[in-house]
Amino acid sequence: MTANDRDPAIELRDVSKTFRVAHKKGRVRRGLREVVAVDDISLAIERGSIVGYIGPNGAGKSTTIKMLTGILVPSSGQVRVDRLDPSRARLEVTRRIGVVFGQRSQLWWDLPLRDSFSLLRHVYRVPGPRHQENLDRFVELLDMAEFVDVPVRQLSLGQRMRGELAAAILHDPTILFLDEPTIGLDVVSKEAVRRFLIELNRERHTTVLLTTHDLADVERLCERLIIIDHGTVIEDGTVADIKERYGTERTVVIDLDQPSVPLTVAGTEVVRIDGPRQWLRFRRADTTAAAVVAAVAEQADVRDLTVDEPEIDDIVRHIYQASR
Amino acid sequence: MPLRIYGHLVAAKTRADFQYRTSFFLYLASQTLISFADMVVVLILFTQVSSIASWSRSQVLFLYALSGIGFGLADLFISQVGLVSRHIKAGTFDQFLLRPLGALWQLSALEFAPRRAGRAVQPVIVLAVILPALDVQWTPVKVALVPITVVCGAVIFGAVWVTASSLAFYLVNSQELANSFTYGGSFLTQYPIDILGPWLRRFFTFAVPLAFVCYFPAAYIVDQPLPESIPSWFSFAAPVIALASVVVARALWRLGIRHYRSTGS
Repeated sequence: MTANDRDPAIELRDVSKTFRVAHKKGRVRRGLREVVAVDDISLAIERGSIVGYIGPNGAGKSTTIKMLTGILVPSSGQVRVDRLDPSRARLEVTRRIGVVFGQRSQLWWDLPLRDSFSLLRHVYRVPGPRHQENLDRFVELLDMAEFVDVPVRQLSLGQRMRGELAAAILHDPTILFLDEPTIGLDVVSKEAVRRFLIELNRERHTTVLLTTHDLADVERLCERLIIIDHGTVIEDGTVADIKERYGTERTVVIDLDQPSVPLTVAGTEVVRIDGPRQWLRFRRADTTAAAVVAAVAEQADVRDLTVDEPEIDDIVRHIYQASR
Repeated sequence: MPLRIYGHLVAAKTRADFQYRTSFFLYLASQTLISFADMVVVLILFTQVSSIASWSRSQVLFLYALSGIGFGLADLFISQVGLVSRHIKAGTFDQFLLRPLGALWQLSALEFAPRRAGRAVQPVIVLAVILPALDVQWTPVKVALVPITVVCGAVIFGAVWVTASSLAFYLVNSQELANSFTYGGSFLTQYPIDILGPWLRRFFTFAVPLAFVCYFPAAYIVDQPLPESIPSWFSFAAPVIALASVVVARALWRLGIRHYRSTGS
């Protein structure tokens, strides 16, 4: 491994971004108010990792992505993308990164997808054989053969998004930024996008930073999760870590032979009863699922049981609420 | 931007525009008609007067043709920058910063509208008709001055366009203001500036140098005197003015992009 490989793909050091927003002050007068979109963020992202960058609307996700891609210049602090400063070496950085904004398109609306790809080949000056190789591979992986010759305006959202993905990586970027890549997609298309990202990361070691509101993306794709709110990082760790730290409560769902009074088991609380089915919530610190099940079996006949794991959705909602 | 990439992008845009063929040809026709209408105005004027500021009909038509070709070229290749305000408003300007090409040339290529070619075609015809009709003793200098004037005129118009469009980075609805300088300015350059008051004359000589687009060089070619207080070498200064305009336009455009990148939208 060279020193080059050990450098983080993305690094932010004490990065802040402040916007001046005009607001009304009386009838005609306007004042400028400072809004801090990103507040002193420091983080590093390893090469070859897939990282989820999540947070509620207005948390500063897009502002961060825009600073990383050279669209915005930070108010203070240092940004490094593939060891370059995107605010100074913007053109050079554009060659090394791929960007997909879920709500925007970089394809030529009135031309077939294939034409967009070929134009991008010229824009990025990708050698012909390399382009062909990439194109064939991506058409196969993203299952685009059927619609690669159809004008973009006639594609479904799911097809178009697959096209956007391919368009963003035809120039072999080492880092891929995705801003809500699955927004508005149906389950099948979402899955196609996710499978592709995993394959891309495995095959080419592409570093992926994605923002999303769909936590299934995160669970499926990301080793690491960074949660921001009010412009600061409020949580950073592996998905398992975060579940471990916040998912302190579990629920055992028990189907009894017949309806019964609420069960009493030490360390648990019956949170719901529906006929013969009861939900028993407990803290992992107090007892274990096995102990709960054993205690229940002593009191009544158990027909079936399941243990509900904490959902990442619930955990993240909990974290957002705590930070408000 | 390398010319080859520019060519590819323009060809793609042309192919895309051709998907809407009827609209394309209607627009092309309307553009040709607009510049034709400008000429009709000149012709009608001359049914009432025999000269405008001592310029004869064919001399004014010569001016009209030079200005029309220069403006048509700038309209075809540069006027697209005017769309920057729309892109900023829609949030689509970001994509220009995400590609390894200058934003200005991307706008020029990606928004290239072949239908605008109609603007330049008609003045070319007028020039071809009017050149032999001019009562001019052609010298090598005068001959060379014709193409030089056209090119410099296009460059100056383009620079005015870029300069005015740079306002979009600061003001939300700046396109109208920009258009008044460019489309308004093009109308102005079709006539001898002697018809303007002294203040406007100075404005269009020193502030927005549209008088160099074709009036000063054309005056030399057709042996018309320049207004008092204008040195005669102004007739040959267009290349220098064009260069200076480009330097100013480029600096302002870059400043605008820097401003955009530090404020977002």
